[in-house]
Amino acid sequence: MYRYPYVTGTSVIGIKYKDGILMAADMGGSYGSTLRYKSVERMKPIGKHSLLGASGEISDFQELLRYLDELILYDNMWDDGNSLGPKEVHSYLTRVMYNRRNKFNPLWNSLVLGGVKKGQKFLGTVVSMIGVHFEDNHVATGFGNHLARPILRDEWHENLSFEDGVKLLEKCMLVLLYRDRSAINKLQIAKITEEGVTISPPYSLKTFWGFSAFKNPTVGAEGSW
Amino acid sequence: MDLNAAHSMGTTIIGVTYDGGVILGADSRTSTGLYVANRASDKITQLTDNVYVCRSGSAADSQIVSDYVRYFLHQHTIQLGQPATVKVAANLVRLISYNNKNMLETGLIVGGWDKYEGGKIYGIPLGGTIIEQPFAIGGSGSSYLYGFFDQAWREGMTKDEAEQLVVKAVSLAIARDGASGGVVRTVIINSEGVTRNFYPGDTLPRWHEELEPQNSLLDILNTSSPEPMSIQ
Repeated sequence: MYRYPYVTGTSVIGIKYKDGILMAADMGGSYGSTLRYKSVERMKPIGKHSLLGASGEISDFQELLRYLDELILYDNMWDDGNSLGPKEVHSYLTRVMYNRRNKFNPLWNSLVLGGVKKGQKFLGTVVSMIGVHFEDNHVATGFGNHLARPILRDEWHENLSFEDGVKLLEKCMLVLLYRDRSAINKLQIAKITEEGVTISPPYSLKTFWGFSAFKNPTVGAEGSW
Repeated sequence: MDLNAAHSMGTTIIGVTYDGGVILGADSRTSTGLYVANRASDKITQLTDNVYVCRSGSAADSQIVSDYVRYFLHQHTIQLGQPATVKVAANLVRLISYNNKNMLETGLIVGGWDKYEGGKIYGIPLGGTIIEQPFAIGGSGSSYLYGFFDQAWREGMTKDEAEQLVVKAVSLAIARDGASGGVVRTVIINSEGVTRNFYPGDTLPRWHEELEPQNSLLDILNTSSPEPMSIQ
Protein backbone atom coordinates (compact mmCIF):
# COMPACT_ATOMS: atom_id res chain seq x y z
CA MET A 1 0.00 0.00 0.00
CA TYR A 2 2.50 2.66 1.13
CA ARG A 3 5.73 2.44 -0.73
CA TYR A 4 9.12 3.28 0.73
CA PRO A 5 11.80 5.80 -0.18
CA TYR A 6 15.08 4.69 -1.77
CA VAL A 7 17.34 7.70 -2.42
CA THR A 8 16.76 10.35 0.24
CA GLY A 9 17.93 13.83 1.12
CA THR A 10 18.19 15.04 4.71
CA SER A 11 17.36 18.39 6.39
CA VAL A 12 16.61 21.70 4.69
CA ILE A 13 16.66 24.96 6.73
CA GLY A 14 15.11 28.30 5.74
CA ILE A 15 15.09 31.71 7.40
CA LYS A 16 13.72 35.15 6.61
CA TYR A 17 16.28 37.94 6.62
CA LYS A 18 16.42 41.65 5.81
CA ASP A 19 16.27 41.38 2.01
CA GLY A 20 14.35 38.11 1.62
CA ILE A 21 14.92 34.44 2.33
CA LEU A 22 18.03 32.33 2.99
CA MET A 23 17.93 28.56 2.61
CA ALA A 24 20.53 25.86 3.24
CA ALA A 25 20.76 22.17 2.38
CA ASP A 26 23.58 19.68 1.97
CA MET A 27 24.17 17.81 -1.27
CA GLY A 28 23.74 14.27 -0.04
CA GLY A 29 21.55 11.52 -1.52
CA SER A 30 21.52 8.58 0.87
CA TYR A 31 20.60 5.03 -0.16
CA GLY A 32 19.58 3.53 3.18
CA SER A 33 22.62 3.92 5.37
CA THR A 34 25.02 4.35 2.45
CA LEU A 35 25.99 7.93 1.57
CA ARG A 36 25.66 7.08 -2.10
CA TYR A 37 25.38 10.38 -4.01
CA LYS A 38 27.30 13.45 -2.94
CA SER A 39 26.38 16.08 -5.52
CA VAL A 40 22.60 16.22 -5.41
CA GLU A 41 21.15 19.73 -5.71
CA ARG A 42 18.23 19.77 -3.30
CA MET A 43 17.29 23.42 -3.80
CA LYS A 44 15.96 24.73 -7.12
CA PRO A 45 14.57 28.08 -8.30
CA ILE A 46 10.91 28.08 -9.35
CA GLY A 47 9.90 30.85 -11.75
CA LYS A 48 11.29 34.27 -10.91
CA HIS A 49 10.19 34.64 -7.33
CA SER A 50 10.51 31.33 -5.51
CA LEU A 51 13.01 28.74 -4.27
CA LEU A 52 12.10 25.15 -3.41
CA GLY A 53 14.15 22.97 -1.07
CA ALA A 54 13.31 19.31 -0.57
CA SER A 55 14.18 16.43 1.71
CA GLY A 56 12.97 12.86 1.28
CA GLU A 57 12.81 10.75 -1.88
CA ILE A 58 14.82 12.43 -4.65
CA SER A 59 12.91 10.85 -7.55
CA ASP A 60 9.68 12.36 -6.18
CA PHE A 61 11.41 15.75 -5.87
CA GLN A 62 12.52 15.45 -9.51
CA GLU A 63 8.93 14.65 -10.53
CA LEU A 64 7.65 17.65 -8.53
CA LEU A 65 10.08 19.87 -10.43
CA ARG A 66 8.53 18.63 -13.68
CA TYR A 67 5.01 19.47 -12.41
CA LEU A 68 6.24 22.93 -11.40
CA ASP A 69 7.96 23.43 -14.76
CA GLU A 70 4.64 22.83 -16.46
CA LEU A 71 2.82 25.13 -14.02
CA ILE A 72 5.28 27.98 -14.64
CA LEU A 73 5.20 27.37 -18.39
CA TYR A 74 1.42 27.62 -18.58
CA ASP A 75 1.54 30.72 -16.38
CA ASN A 76 4.05 32.35 -18.75
CA MET A 77 1.95 31.41 -21.76
CA TRP A 78 -0.88 33.68 -20.53
CA ASP A 79 1.60 36.48 -21.25
CA ASP A 80 -0.44 38.80 -19.10
CA GLY A 81 2.36 40.45 -17.18
CA ASN A 82 1.48 38.49 -14.04
CA SER A 83 3.66 35.73 -12.59
CA LEU A 84 3.11 33.11 -9.92
CA GLY A 85 4.46 34.22 -6.57
CA PRO A 86 5.69 32.07 -3.70
CA LYS A 87 2.30 31.99 -1.98
CA GLU A 88 0.67 30.58 -5.10
CA VAL A 89 3.39 28.00 -5.65
CA HIS A 90 3.19 26.96 -1.99
CA SER A 91 -0.56 26.55 -2.29
CA TYR A 92 -0.17 24.44 -5.44
CA LEU A 93 2.37 22.19 -3.75
CA THR A 94 0.16 21.75 -0.70
CA ARG A 95 -2.76 20.67 -2.90
CA VAL A 96 -0.62 18.21 -4.87
CA MET A 97 0.84 16.65 -1.71
CA TYR A 98 -2.50 16.41 0.08
CA ASN A 99 -4.34 14.94 -2.90
CA ARG A 100 -1.67 12.27 -3.38
CA ARG A 101 -1.91 11.47 0.33
CA ASN A 102 -5.66 10.99 0.03
CA LYS A 103 -5.09 8.43 -2.72
CA PHE A 104 -2.55 6.57 -0.55
CA ASN A 105 0.15 7.32 -3.13
CA PRO A 106 2.24 10.04 -1.50
CA LEU A 107 5.19 11.99 -2.80
CA TRP A 108 7.68 11.10 -0.10
CA ASN A 109 9.05 14.59 0.59
CA SER A 110 9.19 17.43 3.10
CA LEU A 111 9.39 20.73 1.28
CA VAL A 112 10.51 24.27 2.09
CA LEU A 113 9.24 27.00 -0.21
CA GLY A 114 10.61 30.54 0.10
CA GLY A 115 10.34 33.67 -1.99
CA VAL A 116 9.83 37.40 -2.33
CA LYS A 117 7.30 39.16 -4.49
CA LYS A 118 6.51 42.86 -4.52
CA GLY A 119 8.45 43.33 -1.29
CA GLN A 120 6.47 40.64 0.53
CA LYS A 121 8.65 37.90 1.98
CA PHE A 122 7.20 34.37 2.16
CA LEU A 123 8.59 31.29 3.87
CA GLY A 124 6.52 28.16 4.24
CA THR A 125 6.87 24.43 4.61
CA VAL A 126 4.75 21.58 3.33
CA VAL A 127 5.67 19.13 6.03
CA SER A 128 5.98 15.57 4.78
CA MET A 129 3.87 13.54 2.50
CA ILE A 130 0.66 14.16 4.37
CA GLY A 131 0.14 17.73 3.22
CA VAL A 132 0.51 19.57 6.53
CA HIS A 133 1.70 23.10 5.81
CA PHE A 134 2.46 26.32 7.68
CA GLU A 135 4.49 29.53 7.42
CA ASP A 136 7.01 30.94 9.85
CA ASN A 137 10.09 33.15 10.15
CA HIS A 138 12.29 30.07 10.27
CA VAL A 139 11.48 26.56 9.07
CA ALA A 140 13.26 23.23 8.77
CA THR A 141 12.66 19.63 7.72
CA GLY A 142 13.69 16.34 9.30
CA PHE A 143 16.51 16.50 11.81
CA GLY A 144 16.60 20.25 11.28
CA ASN A 145 13.40 20.50 13.29
CA HIS A 146 15.07 18.99 16.31
CA LEU A 147 18.54 20.46 16.06
CA ALA A 148 18.30 23.71 14.08
CA ARG A 149 14.98 25.24 15.17
CA PRO A 150 15.95 25.56 18.86
CA ILE A 151 19.02 27.54 17.78
CA LEU A 152 16.89 29.64 15.47
CA ARG A 153 14.28 30.27 18.17
CA ASP A 154 17.01 31.77 20.34
CA GLU A 155 19.07 33.62 17.75
CA TRP A 156 16.80 34.60 14.88
CA HIS A 157 15.57 38.18 14.84
CA GLU A 158 13.86 40.48 12.38
CA ASN A 159 16.10 42.19 9.78
CA LEU A 160 19.11 39.92 9.93
CA SER A 161 21.85 41.07 7.57
CA PHE A 162 23.00 38.70 4.82
CA GLU A 163 26.26 37.98 6.68
CA ASP A 164 24.51 37.30 10.00
CA GLY A 165 21.93 35.13 8.25
CA VAL A 166 24.58 33.02 6.54
CA LYS A 167 26.51 32.63 9.80
CA LEU A 168 23.35 31.54 11.59
CA LEU A 169 22.54 28.96 8.92
CA GLU A 170 26.12 27.70 8.97
CA LYS A 171 25.93 27.31 12.76
CA CYS A 172 22.83 25.14 12.29
CA MET A 173 24.35 23.13 9.41
CA LEU A 174 27.45 22.42 11.50
CA VAL A 175 25.37 20.94 14.32
CA LEU A 176 23.51 18.84 11.75
CA LEU A 177 26.82 17.67 10.32
CA TYR A 178 28.00 16.56 13.77
CA ARG A 179 24.77 14.90 14.82
CA ASP A 180 22.84 13.73 11.71
CA ARG A 181 24.14 10.45 10.33
CA SER A 182 22.83 11.20 6.85
CA ALA A 183 24.44 14.63 6.62
CA ILE A 184 27.51 15.16 4.43
CA ASN A 185 30.05 17.96 4.50
CA LYS A 186 29.15 19.58 1.20
CA LEU A 187 26.45 22.20 1.20
CA GLN A 188 24.89 25.08 -0.63
CA ILE A 189 23.24 28.24 0.67
CA ALA A 190 20.63 29.95 -1.47
CA LYS A 191 19.42 33.51 -1.32
CA ILE A 192 16.22 34.90 -2.74
CA THR A 193 15.43 38.60 -2.89
CA GLU A 194 13.26 40.86 -5.01
CA GLU A 195 16.04 40.76 -7.64
CA GLY A 196 15.99 36.97 -7.97
CA VAL A 197 17.47 33.67 -6.86
CA THR A 198 21.16 32.88 -6.27
CA ILE A 199 22.43 29.47 -5.22
CA SER A 200 26.00 29.33 -3.94
CA PRO A 201 28.52 26.89 -5.40
CA PRO A 202 29.05 23.76 -3.24
CA TYR A 203 31.41 24.21 -0.28
CA SER A 204 32.48 22.48 2.98
CA LEU A 205 32.58 23.63 6.60
CA LYS A 206 35.49 23.27 9.01
CA THR A 207 34.76 21.01 11.97
CA PHE A 208 36.26 21.18 15.44
CA TRP A 209 37.52 18.17 17.37
CA GLY A 210 40.07 19.78 19.69
CA PHE A 211 38.36 19.34 23.05
CA SER A 212 40.61 17.76 25.66
CA ALA A 213 37.66 15.59 26.60
CA PHE A 214 37.69 14.27 23.03
CA LYS A 215 41.40 13.56 23.11
CA ASN A 216 41.18 11.75 26.44
CA PRO A 217 37.62 10.56 26.83
CA THR A 218 38.27 7.87 29.38
CA VAL A 219 40.54 9.81 31.76
CA GLY A 220 39.18 9.25 35.23
CA ALA A 221 36.88 6.48 34.08
CA GLU A 222 39.03 3.77 32.52
CA GLY A 223 37.00 1.25 30.56
CA SER A 224 34.24 3.71 29.71
CA TRP A 225 33.64 5.22 26.30
CA MET B 1 17.69 -24.90 -3.10
CA ASP B 2 14.95 -22.94 -4.78
CA LEU B 3 15.47 -23.44 -8.52
CA ASN B 4 12.26 -21.56 -9.14
CA ALA B 5 13.50 -18.42 -7.43
CA ALA B 6 13.46 -15.26 -9.49
CA HIS B 7 16.43 -14.76 -11.78
CA SER B 8 18.39 -12.00 -10.17
CA MET B 9 21.54 -10.49 -11.48
CA GLY B 10 23.30 -9.85 -8.19
CA THR B 11 25.83 -8.03 -10.26
CA THR B 12 28.52 -5.47 -10.41
CA ILE B 13 27.98 -2.74 -13.00
CA ILE B 14 30.13 0.30 -13.69
CA GLY B 15 30.02 3.30 -16.06
CA VAL B 16 32.94 5.69 -16.36
CA THR B 17 33.49 8.82 -18.49
CA TYR B 18 36.89 9.52 -19.93
CA ASP B 19 38.39 12.21 -22.12
CA GLY B 20 36.53 11.31 -25.35
CA GLY B 21 33.73 8.93 -24.39
CA VAL B 22 32.49 6.37 -21.89
CA ILE B 23 33.41 2.87 -20.73
CA LEU B 24 30.68 0.53 -19.44
CA GLY B 25 31.66 -2.59 -17.51
CA ALA B 26 29.90 -5.53 -15.86
CA ASP B 27 30.35 -9.05 -14.50
CA SER B 28 28.49 -11.98 -16.09
CA ARG B 29 26.71 -13.93 -13.32
CA THR B 30 22.94 -14.44 -13.24
CA SER B 31 21.73 -16.36 -10.20
CA THR B 32 18.47 -18.15 -9.30
CA GLY B 33 18.76 -18.12 -5.53
CA LEU B 34 22.07 -19.85 -4.86
CA TYR B 35 22.34 -21.53 -8.28
CA VAL B 36 24.19 -19.74 -11.09
CA ALA B 37 21.70 -19.87 -13.94
CA ASN B 38 23.99 -18.18 -16.46
CA ARG B 39 27.74 -17.78 -15.90
CA ALA B 40 28.36 -15.80 -19.08
CA SER B 41 25.48 -13.29 -19.25
CA ASP B 42 25.74 -10.05 -21.14
CA LYS B 43 24.49 -7.31 -18.86
CA ILE B 44 25.48 -4.45 -21.12
CA THR B 45 22.58 -4.04 -23.49
CA GLN B 46 22.24 -1.88 -26.57
CA LEU B 47 19.54 0.80 -26.67
CA THR B 48 20.70 2.63 -29.82
CA ASP B 49 23.86 2.69 -31.94
CA ASN B 50 25.42 5.15 -29.54
CA VAL B 51 23.74 4.44 -26.17
CA TYR B 52 24.03 1.30 -24.02
CA VAL B 53 22.67 0.38 -20.60
CA CYS B 54 24.14 -1.72 -17.76
CA ARG B 55 21.46 -3.79 -16.04
CA SER B 56 21.30 -4.93 -12.40
CA GLY B 57 18.68 -6.30 -10.00
CA SER B 58 15.86 -8.43 -11.33
CA ALA B 59 16.84 -9.92 -14.71
CA ALA B 60 13.25 -9.89 -15.95
CA ASP B 61 12.57 -6.29 -14.90
CA SER B 62 15.79 -4.91 -16.37
CA GLN B 63 15.25 -6.77 -19.65
CA ILE B 64 11.69 -5.55 -20.10
CA VAL B 65 12.63 -1.96 -19.27
CA SER B 66 15.48 -1.96 -21.77
CA ASP B 67 13.25 -3.62 -24.40
CA TYR B 68 10.62 -0.89 -24.02
CA VAL B 69 13.23 1.87 -24.11
CA ARG B 70 14.85 0.40 -27.24
CA TYR B 71 11.42 0.26 -28.90
CA PHE B 72 10.57 3.88 -28.04
CA LEU B 73 14.05 5.16 -28.89
CA HIS B 74 13.87 3.49 -32.29
CA GLN B 75 10.71 5.38 -33.12
CA HIS B 76 12.10 8.58 -31.65
CA THR B 77 15.22 8.28 -33.84
CA ILE B 78 13.11 7.86 -36.98
CA GLN B 79 11.02 10.89 -36.10
CA LEU B 80 14.00 13.02 -35.07
CA GLY B 81 16.04 12.11 -38.16
CA GLN B 82 19.30 11.77 -36.22
CA PRO B 83 20.74 9.66 -33.38
CA ALA B 84 19.04 10.08 -30.01
CA THR B 85 21.04 11.83 -27.31
CA VAL B 86 22.21 10.00 -24.18
CA LYS B 87 20.10 12.37 -22.08
CA VAL B 88 16.90 11.45 -23.91
CA ALA B 89 17.64 7.73 -23.58
CA ALA B 90 18.35 8.10 -19.87
CA ASN B 91 15.18 10.10 -19.29
CA LEU B 92 13.10 7.43 -21.04
CA VAL B 93 14.59 4.83 -18.73
CA ARG B 94 13.81 7.08 -15.78
CA LEU B 95 10.21 7.54 -16.93
CA ILE B 96 9.54 3.81 -16.95
CA SER B 97 11.45 3.18 -13.71
CA TYR B 98 9.72 6.01 -11.86
CA ASN B 99 6.18 5.36 -13.04
CA ASN B 100 6.41 1.68 -12.18
CA LYS B 101 8.42 2.07 -9.01
CA ASN B 102 6.07 -0.13 -6.98
CA MET B 103 6.56 -3.10 -9.27
CA LEU B 104 10.12 -2.88 -10.55
CA GLU B 105 13.36 -3.87 -8.84
CA THR B 106 16.13 -2.80 -11.17
CA GLY B 107 19.06 -0.38 -10.99
CA LEU B 108 20.43 0.82 -14.32
CA ILE B 109 23.41 2.77 -15.63
CA VAL B 110 22.89 4.46 -19.00
CA GLY B 111 26.01 5.48 -20.92
CA GLY B 112 26.77 6.68 -24.41
CA TRP B 113 28.16 9.32 -26.72
CA ASP B 114 26.37 11.99 -28.73
CA LYS B 115 27.66 14.93 -30.75
CA TYR B 116 26.18 17.58 -28.47
CA GLU B 117 27.48 16.58 -25.04
CA GLY B 118 30.11 13.93 -25.80
CA GLY B 119 30.39 10.98 -23.40
CA LYS B 120 27.82 10.94 -20.57
CA ILE B 121 26.87 8.54 -17.77
CA TYR B 122 23.49 8.58 -15.99
CA GLY B 123 22.72 6.50 -12.90
CA ILE B 124 19.10 5.42 -12.39
CA PRO B 125 18.81 3.57 -9.05
CA LEU B 126 15.71 2.00 -7.49
CA GLY B 127 12.85 4.48 -7.30
CA GLY B 128 13.64 6.21 -10.60
CA THR B 129 15.94 9.04 -9.49
CA ILE B 130 18.06 10.20 -12.43
CA ILE B 131 21.54 11.46 -11.67
CA GLU B 132 24.26 12.46 -14.11
CA GLN B 133 27.69 11.45 -12.84
CA PRO B 134 31.31 11.38 -14.06
CA PHE B 135 31.25 7.73 -13.02
CA ALA B 136 28.57 5.40 -11.64
CA ILE B 137 28.61 2.04 -9.87
CA GLY B 138 25.69 -0.27 -9.19
CA GLY B 139 24.54 -3.75 -8.26
CA SER B 140 25.28 -5.75 -5.14
CA GLY B 141 29.02 -5.84 -5.89
CA SER B 142 29.24 -2.07 -5.92
CA SER B 143 29.20 -1.99 -2.09
CA TYR B 144 32.80 -3.15 -2.22
CA LEU B 145 33.84 -0.45 -4.66
CA TYR B 146 32.87 2.84 -3.01
CA GLY B 147 36.17 3.08 -1.18
CA PHE B 148 38.11 1.90 -4.23
CA PHE B 149 36.66 4.59 -6.47
CA ASP B 150 36.98 7.31 -3.83
CA GLN B 151 40.69 6.60 -3.96
CA ALA B 152 41.34 5.59 -7.59
CA TRP B 153 39.03 7.80 -9.69
CA ARG B 154 40.49 10.81 -11.51
CA GLU B 155 39.01 13.30 -13.95
CA GLY B 156 40.41 13.26 -17.52
CA MET B 157 41.75 9.68 -17.82
CA THR B 158 42.69 8.26 -21.19
CA LYS B 159 40.67 5.46 -22.79
CA ASP B 160 43.14 2.77 -21.73
CA GLU B 161 43.49 4.08 -18.16
CA ALA B 162 39.70 4.21 -17.81
CA GLU B 163 39.20 0.70 -19.18
CA GLN B 164 41.91 -0.71 -16.90
CA LEU B 165 40.18 0.97 -13.95
CA VAL B 166 36.83 -0.58 -14.88
CA VAL B 167 38.27 -4.06 -15.35
CA LYS B 168 40.21 -3.85 -12.07
CA ALA B 169 37.10 -2.66 -10.23
CA VAL B 170 34.74 -5.36 -11.53
CA SER B 171 37.39 -7.95 -10.78
CA LEU B 172 37.74 -6.69 -7.17
CA ALA B 173 33.99 -6.81 -6.71
CA ILE B 174 33.80 -10.35 -8.09
CA ALA B 175 36.44 -11.36 -5.54
CA ARG B 176 34.19 -10.41 -2.62
CA ASP B 177 30.58 -10.49 -3.85
CA GLY B 178 29.03 -13.95 -4.14
CA ALA B 179 26.39 -12.59 -6.46
CA SER B 180 28.97 -11.38 -8.99
CA GLY B 181 31.26 -13.60 -11.03
CA GLY B 182 32.26 -15.02 -14.38
CA VAL B 183 33.95 -12.80 -16.93
CA VAL B 184 34.36 -9.05 -17.15
CA ARG B 185 32.72 -7.44 -20.18
CA THR B 186 33.38 -3.86 -21.25
CA VAL B 187 31.84 -1.63 -23.90
CA ILE B 188 33.67 1.49 -25.07
CA ILE B 189 31.55 4.19 -26.73
CA ASN B 190 33.03 7.30 -28.36
CA SER B 191 32.81 9.39 -31.54
CA GLU B 192 34.41 6.58 -33.52
CA GLY B 193 31.83 3.99 -32.53
CA VAL B 194 31.42 1.07 -30.17
CA THR B 195 33.96 -1.59 -29.09
CA ARG B 196 33.14 -4.70 -27.05
CA ASN B 197 35.83 -6.38 -24.96
CA PHE B 198 35.90 -9.64 -23.05
CA TYR B 199 38.19 -10.47 -20.11
CA PRO B 200 37.98 -14.07 -18.89
CA GLY B 201 39.14 -14.97 -15.35
CA ASP B 202 42.68 -15.97 -16.34
CA THR B 203 43.44 -12.48 -17.67
CA LEU B 204 42.45 -10.79 -14.41
CA PRO B 205 44.86 -9.99 -11.55
CA ARG B 206 45.10 -12.20 -8.47
CA TRP B 207 43.84 -10.57 -5.25
CA HIS B 208 44.35 -11.36 -1.53
CA GLU B 209 44.24 -15.07 -0.72
CA GLU B 210 43.64 -16.04 -4.35
CA LEU B 211 46.03 -18.51 -5.95
CA GLU B 212 47.31 -19.04 -9.49
CA PRO B 213 45.00 -21.52 -11.24
CA GLN B 214 46.58 -24.91 -12.06
CA ASN B 215 45.48 -27.77 -14.30
CA SER B 216 46.05 -30.34 -11.57
CA LEU B 217 47.82 -31.11 -8.27
CA LEU B 218 49.93 -33.53 -10.28
CA ASP B 219 51.59 -30.63 -12.06
CA ILE B 220 52.54 -29.09 -8.73
CA LEU B 221 53.94 -32.38 -7.46
CA ASN B 222 55.99 -32.94 -10.61
CA THR B 223 57.59 -29.51 -10.69
CA SER B 224 58.18 -28.76 -7.03
CA SER B 225 60.66 -29.93 -4.35
CA PRO B 226 60.86 -33.50 -3.01
CA GLU B 227 58.39 -33.42 -0.12
CA PRO B 228 55.34 -31.29 -1.07
CA MET B 229 52.97 -33.90 0.38
CA SER B 230 54.90 -34.63 3.53
CA ILE B 231 53.24 -36.26 6.51
CA GLN B 232 52.16 -33.62 9.04
